[in-house]
Amino acid sequence: MEVEPLVIDAKGMHYTPLNKMIRAAVASGVKEIVLNNVLGQRFIGNGLRGDAKIIINGVPGGDLGMFMSGPECEIFGDAEHAPGNTMDKGSLIIHGSAGDAVAHSMRGGKVFVEGNIGYRGGIHMKEYEDKRPILAVGGTSHAFLGEYMAGGLILVLGIGHEPAVRDRGIGSGIHGGEIVIRGDVNDKLLGVGATKVLFTEDDLERLAPVIEEFCERFDLDSSSFLDTNYSRIIPSSSRPFAGKYTWD
Amino acid sequence: MSLGSVPLKYKISIDREQCMKCMRCVDNCSYGVYRVEDDKILIDSRKCTACHRCMSMCPRDAIMLQEKPVDYRSHPLWTAEAREDVINQARTGKIILAGMGNAIDYPIIFDRLVLDACQVTNPSIDPLREPMELRTYLGKKPAKLEFTKNNGDVELSTKLAPNLKLDTPIMIGHMSYGAISLNAQLSLAKAVAKTGTFMGTGEGGMHDAIYPYQDHMIVQIASGRFGVDINYLERGAAIEIKVGQGAKPGIGGHLPGEKVCSDVSCTRMIPLGSDAISPAPHHDIYSIEDLAQLVRSLKEATNWEKPVFVKIAAVHNVAAIAAGIARSSADAVVIDGFRGGTGAAPKVFRDNVGIPIEAAIAAVDQKLNDQGIRNEISLIASGGIRNSADLAKSIALGADAIYIGTASLIALGCRVCGNCYRGLCPWGIATQRSELVERIDPQVGSQNVANLINAWTLELSELMGAAGLNSIESLRGNRERLRGYMLDEGLLNVLKVESVGA
Amino acid sequence: MCGIIGVIDRTMARMDGSSIKKALGLMDERGSGEGAGYVAYGIYPDYPDCYAIHVFFDNLLEPKSDVDKILQKWGRIVHQEEIPTYEQPGLKKEHIPWRYFFKPYTDLMVGTTNPDDDNVKRLVMTINSNVEGALVFSSGINLGVFKASGWPEDVANFYRIEDYKGYIWLAHNRYPTNTAGWWGGAHPFNLLDWSVVHNGEITSYGTNRRYVESNGYKCTMSTDTEVVAYLFDFLGRRHGLPSDMIVEALAPPFWDEIDEMPEKQEEFMRTLRLTYGPALMNGPFAIVVATKDGIVGFTDRIKLRPLVVGENGARLYISSEEAAIRVMDPEVEKIYMPRAGEPVIGSVVE
Repeated sequence: MEVEPLVIDAKGMHYTPLNKMIRAAVASGVKEIVLNNVLGQRFIGNGLRGDAKIIINGVPGGDLGMFMSGPECEIFGDAEHAPGNTMDKGSLIIHGSAGDAVAHSMRGGKVFVEGNIGYRGGIHMKEYEDKRPILAVGGTSHAFLGEYMAGGLILVLGIGHEPAVRDRGIGSGIHGGEIVIRGDVNDKLLGVGATKVLFTEDDLERLAPVIEEFCERFDLDSSSFLDTNYSRIIPSSSRPFAGKYTWD
Repeated sequence: MSLGSVPLKYKISIDREQCMKCMRCVDNCSYGVYRVEDDKILIDSRKCTACHRCMSMCPRDAIMLQEKPVDYRSHPLWTAEAREDVINQARTGKIILAGMGNAIDYPIIFDRLVLDACQVTNPSIDPLREPMELRTYLGKKPAKLEFTKNNGDVELSTKLAPNLKLDTPIMIGHMSYGAISLNAQLSLAKAVAKTGTFMGTGEGGMHDAIYPYQDHMIVQIASGRFGVDINYLERGAAIEIKVGQGAKPGIGGHLPGEKVCSDVSCTRMIPLGSDAISPAPHHDIYSIEDLAQLVRSLKEATNWEKPVFVKIAAVHNVAAIAAGIARSSADAVVIDGFRGGTGAAPKVFRDNVGIPIEAAIAAVDQKLNDQGIRNEISLIASGGIRNSADLAKSIALGADAIYIGTASLIALGCRVCGNCYRGLCPWGIATQRSELVERIDPQVGSQNVANLINAWTLELSELMGAAGLNSIESLRGNRERLRGYMLDEGLLNVLKVESVGA
Repeated sequence: MCGIIGVIDRTMARMDGSSIKKALGLMDERGSGEGAGYVAYGIYPDYPDCYAIHVFFDNLLEPKSDVDKILQKWGRIVHQEEIPTYEQPGLKKEHIPWRYFFKPYTDLMVGTTNPDDDNVKRLVMTINSNVEGALVFSSGINLGVFKASGWPEDVANFYRIEDYKGYIWLAHNRYPTNTAGWWGGAHPFNLLDWSVVHNGEITSYGTNRRYVESNGYKCTMSTDTEVVAYLFDFLGRRHGLPSDMIVEALAPPFWDEIDEMPEKQEEFMRTLRLTYGPALMNGPFAIVVATKDGIVGFTDRIKLRPLVVGENGARLYISSEEAAIRVMDPEVEKIYMPRAGEPVIGSVVE
């Protein structure tokens, strides 16, 4: 039986009752929830399971979809601090920009940001077996992108930005996963432990589905991005600290 | 130019008349001290860590160990250790890595505090005959009872936040699966379940073998977020955010790739053999309001059903930090003193950074009390608590409960050799090698740990009874029942304790 | 050590101090001649809405002018005089007992629902911790404490307490350990409307003290009884708990008893105990507390100190010894021993 979408006017609401309503709706089988007039409510979809779709109209507060495991949130507006924090499964589709620490410690699912992201995007993202988190950004990113990254994929298309990323510390301390940035990346911007390698046809073949999906979500023409004009940044070692210590 | 070798740390010898060549020493030493050639047991003392495994297994007490068998020219400043550290770093150019807790001979404040007992003006209580209440609730407490009265009927309006109920104020601290073996963790888990208390998972996720004890587990979320997902958070009886650790305040941790075996990789949810790196800060916490955000995020994710603790290392400004934490919706603040143990820490941190737990408890308790919020949040202390006297003193200084770490491992065989980071622990504790891990039988191990907790609990009851207290609430923060012995005035002031005789 | 006795006439009929003097005198064996005291409610009908502030002055120069200044800043002194005393051979007059009838300026305190009480409480704390040579030992409306170092009869005669008539009387005979021979250390302890007499020693004093100090009180009298008065003021006046609930907070049931309670009661007691854990009093004690509305007596949770209750019509007696009650009222009808930790409450009926 089809369950009606639930529409909530979140104007002035505190996040706890809002999340309780979302949880209750998902538990009762609602598949689509529309939140209108969202402004600053943190923790939306926090720890939520299932496969519901949540449309968020407005600007949600920090830690959007933290620990989320399954649902999709589509945001028509900007997101603040750390959307997708420690997210497990599901996706955040942000029709706007996002703040610092986007996809912090994310372990699975997708975070798509149409605009730009702040500092330390994708920090400490990590993968395990079939769980491979993806952070894709249409615009640019600020410094320390993919710091301490332990797995997954960060893709920055740099639309409207030349170069795509111009801030320092890319992949600082990276020991797993890959960072793919449109065009060339100045070697000076690479962080400690990060290495730039050639982006090959094989890489393109591997990443084409992600690029296509991203473009589709934001009505972009994917054909103009399906080439090898990318820089690929990977760890120089999966054991960056192996040589740092001597025994007592 | 070669620096040559430094003298042996330990010299092992075998009393050949006693030895019956049963070869248990050879089998038990995982560091390779012993080998057999032509039916003779040969010794390589340089490999010895003084873990005592061989001696404890020798049926004839035939093995002898001598520490520092070679003298240096004695010098009060240039100790043997100082010289050897220089040689080590001259040779390698690296950071010295060390295990277990602070190994510098700082004065121990616990040993300069004495407890009180009743004489005449009030009777001691015999805990064997009279009620003695050690039950401790950890979590937020209301500042004030709210209620309404309808024709004499009292209707409670206050709703208690979720609290952990402990039968004894002794818990086992966070030692992750990865840092210690599964059998070690299982032994501890069974022990806390038996004794009505709790233990921490450490930052390593929760192995499914621990699930049966999950109601006694405090799940940790640290900067690496290893093994953290919504299932993990929901399994725990409480959640603990680890900000810092007494053994290495201000830095992160690395579980070396060689300890990340398949089971560890699965529990932590990271690839096999990769370094598990916990950054120094949580990168979603750069300020106190960010901490509040994470606390509330965890509560929101778990429907406000789980108490959330925040653990910090005892550093100079610990009291003010704790006061900030108290305002964050956190239910308890955990402070870990500079004697706290660890599997591996840079020696310079282990030995030099942070402050002793005794001063930290006193300062935090005082600050919260001055601000009128002490009873609203719980205070858990850890880092170098060795016996029930340390426990009683911690509570009298203001702690609600304590975590033990090293003590619980000693109950499993650990002899504090401090080589945990090498992954070869012959007692099967700090290792992932199956042949070593199997040396711990969780049935036996859990009984030993439970015995320890029970023994301290009994002693605490006796100490309280002697002081005329039959409820743990009345020991908490009761510094009137402590006196300082040979403590300087500055420290007495910090501890808010009078001198002996005063 | 120590003997205590309290009486209330629930119809508010006033009794003079002669019979309680006899009763306390009977318990001389419980004291050491180093401290005794009385408090009576309803003794100042001429000043029914003034705080009667009793002060021990070491002299009437600096300490008194300091106290005058403080009081005049925060309110109006309606009347003041030396408390009449009568020399006794066995009692050395170490202080000059003085009384002020004082009306605080209500508009000076903000952020409180009972500004007058808070004003006076603050004045008491300020004087006692800052003015050398002055100690406020009584600060309620229409009530007064009379105490000194000496045997009960001498103290009673020193103040001629038979000249005062009250509907509640508490009295205490002291065997000091903590602070010998100090007038301020004698009981009853009083703050505002609360007066306390106490037999025993509070082993949880350090914890209780930290709790009240955390909430704006200052313990200045170096003895454990003081903290009881503050706990009652804090829980009763500031948190609005009725007397029986205060006693439940100070001497709660054991956890194994709480566990056995019906669900609703269990939740109530658990919440009360967790909320007021630092107020829990441990050690041997028997305590009687008075307010203008009545008296409440209780002991520690395992009954380490004696307490006997007697009733005769409107009168309720609570004492360390039955004989003391019988001296006061030979016709007393009902005598019984209350259970440990259970409050005995005598309230005035309007």
